[in-house]
Amino acid sequence: MSEDLEFAFSLLLNGASIGLMYALIALGFVLVYKATDAINFAQGEFVMLAGLIVAMLLSFVGMPLIVAVVVTLAVMVGFGFGLERVVLRPLLGRPVVAVIMATIGLAAILRGVGPVVFGSETRALTLPIGDEPIVLGPASLPPIQVVGAVVAITLFLAFSWFFKKSRMGVAMRAVADNQQVAQAMGINVERYFALAWAMAGVVSALGGIVWGSMLGVDVHLALVGLKVFPVVILGGLDSIGGALVGGLIIGIVESLAAGYLDPYVGGGTKDFAPYVLMILVLMIRPYGIFGKRKIERV
Amino acid sequence: MFHRESGIFKTTYSADMALYPLPIAKWTVAILALIFVVIVPLTVHEYYLSILNLIFIAVVGALGLNILVGYTGQISIGHAAFMSVGAYTAANLAVRLDLPFWITLPAGGLMAAAIGVVVGMPSLRIKGLYLAIATLAGQLIIEWTINHVPAISGGAQASIQVERPSLFGVSFNTQGHLYFFLLFFAVLAIVATLNLVRSRIGRAFVAVRDQDIAAEIIGIDIYRYKLLAFAISSFYAGVCGVLYTYYFGIANYEQFQLIVSIDYLAMIIIGGLGSVLGSILGAVFVTLLPIVIRILMENVGSLFFTTAEMANVISGLRLGVFGGLIIFFLIVEPEGLNRLWRNIRSYFRVWPFSY
Repeated sequence: MSEDLEFAFSLLLNGASIGLMYALIALGFVLVYKATDAINFAQGEFVMLAGLIVAMLLSFVGMPLIVAVVVTLAVMVGFGFGLERVVLRPLLGRPVVAVIMATIGLAAILRGVGPVVFGSETRALTLPIGDEPIVLGPASLPPIQVVGAVVAITLFLAFSWFFKKSRMGVAMRAVADNQQVAQAMGINVERYFALAWAMAGVVSALGGIVWGSMLGVDVHLALVGLKVFPVVILGGLDSIGGALVGGLIIGIVESLAAGYLDPYVGGGTKDFAPYVLMILVLMIRPYGIFGKRKIERV
Repeated sequence: MFHRESGIFKTTYSADMALYPLPIAKWTVAILALIFVVIVPLTVHEYYLSILNLIFIAVVGALGLNILVGYTGQISIGHAAFMSVGAYTAANLAVRLDLPFWITLPAGGLMAAAIGVVVGMPSLRIKGLYLAIATLAGQLIIEWTINHVPAISGGAQASIQVERPSLFGVSFNTQGHLYFFLLFFAVLAIVATLNLVRSRIGRAFVAVRDQDIAAEIIGIDIYRYKLLAFAISSFYAGVCGVLYTYYFGIANYEQFQLIVSIDYLAMIIIGGLGSVLGSILGAVFVTLLPIVIRILMENVGSLFFTTAEMANVISGLRLGVFGGLIIFFLIVEPEGLNRLWRNIRSYFRVWPFSY
């Protein structure tokens, strides 16, 4: 392979693995939107919260990693349930703007109070995977990106099975499709709303561990959440497969932009390109690649 | 505002839309003017004047955002970016071309309005959630551009020093001078908004908010009015940014980050969506809150935290309390402080002989 091709290949591989990690976080957003029609602007803060909890359990309490992960999962599930009960349920049936504002408020709370409770310094979150890069042909990946990609794909398969085959998953799809009809069929709609938020909690916990060990845990971890929007807009807000494809595309676009454009404009295209792509998608096909097109009636 | 007739006796539309609902309202306005123009600047200490000044600036921004979100129902999470557009436009004009404020201020507003229309363009096709995300992208892209283009941001620190404004050879250097400068623009913004919302345009905005497809069917050109709302709202934001620049003597992108957009959303939600008085109350509330928190923490918090931690704790708490208040008002009182004020007023309307 020529040098140019090798460079392109390593950019692609890196972008794809980062993209899968974006997809992991976007999954939490999609799950909530799919089931409850609520928009979670605090997804990044969920991830930050999970990261903070794991880091604290590991460093202060000194738990073994696996216990810390389990405890964090439990805490985030509880957080998801509680959140739905306290904040989202009173807002049922209110305009979409109200829910957006409420989750923005939630994001502000988590971002403000998190560092006060857990301390504002950056903590390392080390997973026992070493930091020897994994070599794939001409390119190499840090092991954490491989772990992140594997976790994302596993979760994607698990949720695909859940929504297609399991009883709860089918019920959840029914709720997403039409709340009133689902209720008439004897489905406890409120319980499935709570379940969706709890599932978002689980996904965020895993995302927090993966991203936290890559970037270090502090309040800036929440900024990862800003990348969720290009991913879900591109993929379609209510499509799990869309989150995965959107994540891959955004990751690759970001990586290619950083590789090929940065030398000309002096850096930072990585934070810029995804949003330009997103605006284009919003103008041309707002419901994304796999999203459901909504028709409004007066 | 403070007074109320004993019932509704209006028989014409023009009476219902009048700027002064009662003849006595003119006296209230006169008394308020007397208090703010004569009594306050003569009696109030410089420090409190500086807080009042910040409130005046916030009032301009909050009114603008309320026109867009509260009256037209188009959400924007990118309002701080429009402020930065105004701020940097004015700063560049003032420093490079040495222009006075009465040119830079409208120029900053117009520039922000132009950018606002561009960012608002997706609103022609999308709304609600999608528009929120599009304006969020607008905020991030504008922030990034200002940060990465030295021609706009004036170099490495991305900040431009600006002289204080002057008029007829008098420079507004002290807080007392700035007080009159900012008061003028706050009052101008309030009167302009009051007149806007009772005009044909204001009614069209409300129709678009309540149900845009229905509005289109009764003959309102919703695209025109949505873009107009973005333009007007961004103009206010741009002016607000210019005022911040003159107030601090520096244009700096850090004053216009995403978090500021959220502050302004908090103002109009806490104050009351779709209400001029609500915007003012919200601006007062949100400007005073961090000051109250700081004073509280300096007195009580020093028992729990070291001085080094204090700055972090205060900024964290401020953000947390804002978030909490947004959620609280959304759930408990969606119409905000304005509604609370109206409730109090209608209680006293028949007091003490309520049945």
